Amino acid sequence: MTLRRIAKRLLVNGEEHEVSFLPHRTLLEVLREDMALTGTKHGCELGECGTCTVLLDGEPVLSCLVLARECEGREIETVEGLAGASGPHPLQHRFAELNAAQCGYCTPGMLMTAMSVLRKTPAPDRETLRRELAGNLCRCTGYLKIYEAIEMAAEDLQDG
Amino acid sequence: MMRLPTFAYNAPADAAEITRILHEEGPAAQVVAGGTDLFPNMKRRQVEPETVVSLYRATALRGIEWDTDGSLRIGPTETLRALERDARLKEDFPALHAAIVSISTPLLRSTGTLGGNLCLDTRCQYLNQNYEWRRAINHCLKCTGDTCWTAPGGTKCWAVNSSDSVPVMIAMGAKLVLQSTEGEREVDAEDFYDIEDGRDWLKKRPDELLTGIRIPKQNGSRSTYMKLRRRDAFDFPVLGVAATLETDGDVITEAKIVLNSVGPAPVRCTEAEQSLIGKKLTDEAIEEAKDLSRKGAKPLDNTDYLPNYRKKMVPVFVKRALLSLR
Amino acid sequence: MGDYRIIGRKQTKVDGLAKSLGATKYADDLFLPRMLHVKLLRADVAHARVVSIDVSAAAAMPGVHATLVGSELPEKFGILPVSQDEHTLCPDTVRFVGDPVAAVAAVDEDTAFEAIQAIRVEYEPLPAVFDPAVAMRNDVPALHDYGDDGNVHKRVSMEFGDVDGALAGADLVLDDTVFFQGNTHLAMEQHATLANPEPDGRLTVWSSTQTPHYLHKAMSKVLGLKPARIRIIACPNGGGFGGKSDPFNHELAVAALALKTGRPCKICLTREEVFYCHRGRHPVLMNSRMGLNKDGSITGLHFQSLLDGGAYGSYGVASTYYTGALQTVTYRVPVYRFDGVRTFTNKPPCGPKRGHGTVQPRFALEIQMDKAAHALGLDPAAFRLANLQPPDSVTANWLKIRTMGLRKCTEKVIEASGWNDRYGKLPRGHGLGLACSSYITGAGLPIYWNRMPHSGVQLKLDRGGGVTAFCGATDIGQGSDTVLAACVAEILGIELLDVHVCVSDTTLTPVDLGSYSSRVTLMMGNAAIQAAERARDLLADAAAEKLEVPKGRLVFADNTVLDSEDPERSMSFQQAIVFAEAKFGTIGTVGSYTPPKTPGRYRGAGVGPTPTYSYSACVVELHADEDTGRVDVDRIWIAHDIGQAINHYLAIGQVEGGVYMGLGEALMEEMAYRPRRAGVHKIPSMLEYKSPTTMEMPPVETFLIEDPDPEGPFGAKEAGQGPLLPVMPAVANAVFDALGVRVDQCPITPELIVQAMENPDKRSGPKSYPDLRIEKPVRVKTAEEGGDGYEVDQVRKKKQLARERRTDEQKTTQ
Repeated sequence: MTLRRIAKRLLVNGEEHEVSFLPHRTLLEVLREDMALTGTKHGCELGECGTCTVLLDGEPVLSCLVLARECEGREIETVEGLAGASGPHPLQHRFAELNAAQCGYCTPGMLMTAMSVLRKTPAPDRETLRRELAGNLCRCTGYLKIYEAIEMAAEDLQDG
Repeated sequence: MMRLPTFAYNAPADAAEITRILHEEGPAAQVVAGGTDLFPNMKRRQVEPETVVSLYRATALRGIEWDTDGSLRIGPTETLRALERDARLKEDFPALHAAIVSISTPLLRSTGTLGGNLCLDTRCQYLNQNYEWRRAINHCLKCTGDTCWTAPGGTKCWAVNSSDSVPVMIAMGAKLVLQSTEGEREVDAEDFYDIEDGRDWLKKRPDELLTGIRIPKQNGSRSTYMKLRRRDAFDFPVLGVAATLETDGDVITEAKIVLNSVGPAPVRCTEAEQSLIGKKLTDEAIEEAKDLSRKGAKPLDNTDYLPNYRKKMVPVFVKRALLSLR
Repeated sequence: MGDYRIIGRKQTKVDGLAKSLGATKYADDLFLPRMLHVKLLRADVAHARVVSIDVSAAAAMPGVHATLVGSELPEKFGILPVSQDEHTLCPDTVRFVGDPVAAVAAVDEDTAFEAIQAIRVEYEPLPAVFDPAVAMRNDVPALHDYGDDGNVHKRVSMEFGDVDGALAGADLVLDDTVFFQGNTHLAMEQHATLANPEPDGRLTVWSSTQTPHYLHKAMSKVLGLKPARIRIIACPNGGGFGGKSDPFNHELAVAALALKTGRPCKICLTREEVFYCHRGRHPVLMNSRMGLNKDGSITGLHFQSLLDGGAYGSYGVASTYYTGALQTVTYRVPVYRFDGVRTFTNKPPCGPKRGHGTVQPRFALEIQMDKAAHALGLDPAAFRLANLQPPDSVTANWLKIRTMGLRKCTEKVIEASGWNDRYGKLPRGHGLGLACSSYITGAGLPIYWNRMPHSGVQLKLDRGGGVTAFCGATDIGQGSDTVLAACVAEILGIELLDVHVCVSDTTLTPVDLGSYSSRVTLMMGNAAIQAAERARDLLADAAAEKLEVPKGRLVFADNTVLDSEDPERSMSFQQAIVFAEAKFGTIGTVGSYTPPKTPGRYRGAGVGPTPTYSYSACVVELHADEDTGRVDVDRIWIAHDIGQAINHYLAIGQVEGGVYMGLGEALMEEMAYRPRRAGVHKIPSMLEYKSPTTMEMPPVETFLIEDPDPEGPFGAKEAGQGPLLPVMPAVANAVFDALGVRVDQCPITPELIVQAMENPDKRSGPKSYPDLRIEKPVRVKTAEEGGDGYEVDQVRKKKQLARERRTDEQKTTQ
């Protein structure tokens, strides 16, 4: 069956892109395959692991379960957009430093969830992190260095 | 990568247009709100709708509204995440709040909706598998096969109602508003799920759209929700217990105990409820209600945990639910 | 501890930022122009003869470029030379639901999915077997035409000293039957492979593999291409844990389709397919009989294991030996006997998962140690400490122990957890549990017999001051790239980021056998040190001449080469390279590593030896609900004898990660099947295969015990696998402390706890043990008995025997 691609304007990491993609594609597929933004990973494509997490209008969502066509006019943030002109985001520095990214495969999703937490809660306690990160599975770290990295990044951000 | 099959797509802005499409397309159309239930099922080819009708532009279906009498109206496409953050909902309807925050993960709740959870497709370990997997068991009664592998001798489907919010809605006496081209009707949550077959788990016609959820003010009652599952995130309930008690002084005037996820439909523990009326919530009263609660649950081997363990946990959880209401 | 500038310090790992920026390219992140997408059609029956395969409808579909069936690639492969039992696609027999029979390459994955559904396969069903005890019977049709008999893939038995005598003479004999259920790696990254046919007929393959070298060999064999024409590049693995250390069907199928179509071909498995690839923890039914004297000493041990291997060999022969190898390296066991059987069953093949083969027996042994302490009225910690195997010793089964930090590990967790004041004294429902363990730092022998090094490192020194380190090792998240850079940088006195690592590319890098058996840090590290020392030597020659300083006085530090007696006389590291290059020509050095010889000479002595053993001790505190059986772990203390941490954060990460994975195995992870429904995997999804979330993970207090081992690079031992081992038995022992019940089975589920509470003997777990039909063990005298490491009763000359033993064993060793 030949399907016609649809063209949409997607606002990704603050930049608007005119992207054409097949109409039944998810945001995950379009980011990775139509926009070459392979920083966003995938582990099940069924909403059961959290690996593909991106921010949609600031909320962390499972990009494998969101239709790309429904993202027009919304703000999409991926791991590629975390670093700014001044370099990597403190979260990225701390994840690297503390070995919170071991194999690194859950890391982009974990970072996006962490980013949303820090925006709402600049100094999250451990229990908040536990609850908010409950949807991001990691098989390498046991989550402990991830908590520490986020806590240290939170301090970095508060120290300016 | 698991990918969606192809489908025609519609996203009307108003409910009338949606119901018109549903009326025209019949069962070939599927409504999607958050997509957290339908899309995985589609990727596994459990359902392959010709048309997907998306509610994401129908803003009128969102919202939380408090009536002056303290009752609550929730738009079905309100996200679980938004409801979980509603302070008054947490204060006034703690059992509903507990049920909502227990659903899957924060990520899923960001897009998942209350309406979606109320209409959640029934689940089964013989069903929620990839197409290739289901072919190896020659498919099942709910999806193109002719045998329910959970209970191969029977004629019905034993897929499990795995919603956290459903038993709470029943216990709270919530009403659901359904709209179609023929107009609007309101049903008691309890009646809405009164179908003992996992293939056909809602008393809703394919052309009907859930447009509203109404929860009456809980007059001095206390309510609770408890959930059995392996992990405290991701996992669906394999036993959910919702309980509400209304009291006059210390004396129980009304009681509702609703079990879910131990069969295709939620179960009211009517005998246990009756045993509590007119009594104080003493240890003896709880023990009696607990023993009477065993009857309706029919857990089978199609979810996590062994069925006999889940059966054993019914009275344990009922007792704990009642103790928490003291 | 040495005074190092890089080793053991808190250095950011070299690939850390790339990973947290999302810049690291995993195999599925690679896209090539004109790339086709591959899908495999997998068997939907448990065991059957393939009568016919009709791919015509699939081949005719628009967008389909090629199909592939098993008869096109008749050559078999497998990780072990003794178990070459897999085909790329099954030509004549399928052996489990998920066994691949055909493949399609199409323009996109959607088309490939539709196309494989259009392939018609006619099967003639064969009887299937799912239970290893049944598989052992001779009346069950065999899955394979090789193995020890029928469906017994491997049957081993060896006795070191008179075990029957030791048990007969003991004051007390414990007899425990314990079951450890299978589980899988569940790396977050699904296996992916991209193959590109080069214009000149060569082939390049990128894959998520832990063992590019072995994939290189398998691919050459199956495709009939010279190894020189194949280039394997192992991408950074999105988690491995042993699950990507076999050559896999999909890797070969994609390569074959790339050659067939002349276009790049890629596959990324679905999560369900990853469950079919499996190669995870074997389900093992164990029986352990331990003799004890009233004074608390162990008189002897007889251990039996029955492994459910699944449908193929994989690493299974090694796994079987491993279930019997390391019982002797923690506690002194004067005489020891081990019997093991691995069977074929119609399920996905089991293989190596973190702790390979030693995890299951460790669970059984540590529960038995706990029971023994209680039976003797001793404190479980004191009982263990009184029985430790001494350092610099040889065990009953001829394993050489070098440094042995288990005493320090145990004392550390005892102290930190407040064990002496709290064990046995917590309120009902709350408990503490202790367990100890050990693991190899790299297998002593290679998988296929050869006399070559296990790891090689090449250095190229750039006149700009940079150093490139080439090595075949693969970073699977454990941090081997950083270890490589750290070893080189420490020796040359430069910074971590001055070392470019170029790894896991069979065309560019010297062989490292792979990221398995906790071998990389020790073996690659030693090779890297040797290469770096040789480079330093060249630079020192040139610098000494230029600075007019005796070579022996030169120090390499802070990017400088200087005279230790007159630091003013110095030059930059870069200048030293320039002078050296002028003096010697292009500067490149090599280093290699081969493990030391092992004292064991008997048939079976190949599995278990290692340059040195790591040790761990763990205390778990938990509370358990006696009505629901739910267990919540409150806190874990773990101490790990690592010799010397190469990088503090990497070491801690490995320990915490091991604890996490162990906790999942202890409480919830389980490979379950439905024998009555064709043996389908019951729960092949991230949702139903339960991996602990943040909500299940308790705080962990980690102690690194650093006592450098002479065999390790800078004294380092492994940390990647050992710390997982004590967690499961520590949980079981803590459940006993909390509720007084014994769960002799893993995972320790709520169902089993409730069952144990109800059972009159307050125990749940397996009740009987089958006869393994052992005829005669290999008998070896222990060193104490005056043995020489060879089998007794030898007719043939020992030298000849040793030669045969080597060829056989080293083929089968991990």
